[in-house]
Amino acid sequence: MIRLVKRFSNSMNKHSLREKFLKSRCGSEILFTGIIYTARDQAHKKIVALIKKKQKLPFDLADQIIYYCGPTGTPKGKIIGSCGPTTSSRMDEFVEPLLKKGLLGMIGKGRRSKKVHELIKKYRAIYFIASSGCGALLAKKVISKELIAFKELGPEAIYKLKVVDFPLIVAIDSKGKSI
Amino acid sequence: MNKQIEKLVETANFSLRKDVLSLLRKAYRNETNKKSQRALALILENAKIAKREKLAICQDTGLPVIFIEVGRNQAVSLKLIDAIEKAVISGYKNNYLRASIVDPFKSNNPSYNGVVTHVEFSPQIKGIKVTIFPKGFGSENKTRLKMFNPTAHLEQIEDFIIESVLNAGPESCPPFVVGIGIGGTSDTALLLAKKALLGSVDVKNKDRFLDKVEKRLLKKINALNIGPMGLGGKNTCLAVKIKTVPTHIAGLPVGVNISCHALRSATINI
Repeated sequence: MIRLVKRFSNSMNKHSLREKFLKSRCGSEILFTGIIYTARDQAHKKIVALIKKKQKLPFDLADQIIYYCGPTGTPKGKIIGSCGPTTSSRMDEFVEPLLKKGLLGMIGKGRRSKKVHELIKKYRAIYFIASSGCGALLAKKVISKELIAFKELGPEAIYKLKVVDFPLIVAIDSKGKSI
Repeated sequence: MNKQIEKLVETANFSLRKDVLSLLRKAYRNETNKKSQRALALILENAKIAKREKLAICQDTGLPVIFIEVGRNQAVSLKLIDAIEKAVISGYKNNYLRASIVDPFKSNNPSYNGVVTHVEFSPQIKGIKVTIFPKGFGSENKTRLKMFNPTAHLEQIEDFIIESVLNAGPESCPPFVVGIGIGGTSDTALLLAKKALLGSVDVKNKDRFLDKVEKRLLKKINALNIGPMGLGGKNTCLAVKIKTVPTHIAGLPVGVNISCHALRSATINI
């Protein structure tokens, strides 16, 4: 397995991360260490509305990775509850404005539209799939969780997660090629 | 009874069913595609972690579907149904399972306030049987219904089922268990398809004809090469289960309800 390491809170590293991702080919299995942000249906709708209104976003999307995930509640004594990926295709219609803002990667499960393939190529981004239906296992890879925005959405709020050795597979690479 | 029901919610969400586990282990053993085999290993590992750590097998703890089967000489009151539903909801809350319920139009803020309850009378059983079936929507979204002509060939129905599985694809978390309901009215067919997922899925269908159809469909689906996470391989489907009831001379409703590999349910007698 290739091991890609994104250092915590080190903006210097962002470019090298994109370069590393650009070299990754679809089908590659990766263990990712670094920061990812959860966002799914309603959070995407809100982010895109904010972009349209030219308002401030809850976090800077540039060079970041969004994880299509709505975790369960957090049991006592745990960092996070079960937190596997949700179906990515529901977010297809929201992808372009986010990529325009510099989004680097997306993590989810399943197929994407033809349009998303083209956008990933155009914006030199990447799409990963995570172990679907393995939310308990993935919870063990999360070392911190912080609420960023949209608390009222409960599991659909945006959380900043620090993950260690999070297992991913490149599903659409920066050339727009998919597995 | 409240405690029993809450416990049932835990069992359904933290412990993968034995029949499902045994089919997953079999899939792991016979898989020759290395990437898919690794994905299956993670699925098995996930089940272990979920049980040990009391974490939900999947973060999508579903829309809780409750089946209440009322046996011979049993009475059931609205009060009892209400108590069961309340206990399910508190079981979800107390175990930090996901609040995934919203009003279709009025609110986007998820809560626990919604279950789907089916009450049925079954002369074949004693007592009252309660089943909890957390149905995740990654697979539920791929549900399909087709009203065939009564003269349709079995082959056409099988093609429709294969198409439905192709449509479900990697995002519905294969290897699947495919539930099929045939007959009744449109709603009956879909409910039967869901109920087909609740019986043991690692045993033969008692009906010899249906058993043959199930086996043939399983073979065809596993030739689709979707596999866990869409990585390909021999294991797109763990089992196909068919239930039938009589229908009208003018029609032939076929419902397909797919379950992801995390097919979760638990049953008790109260």
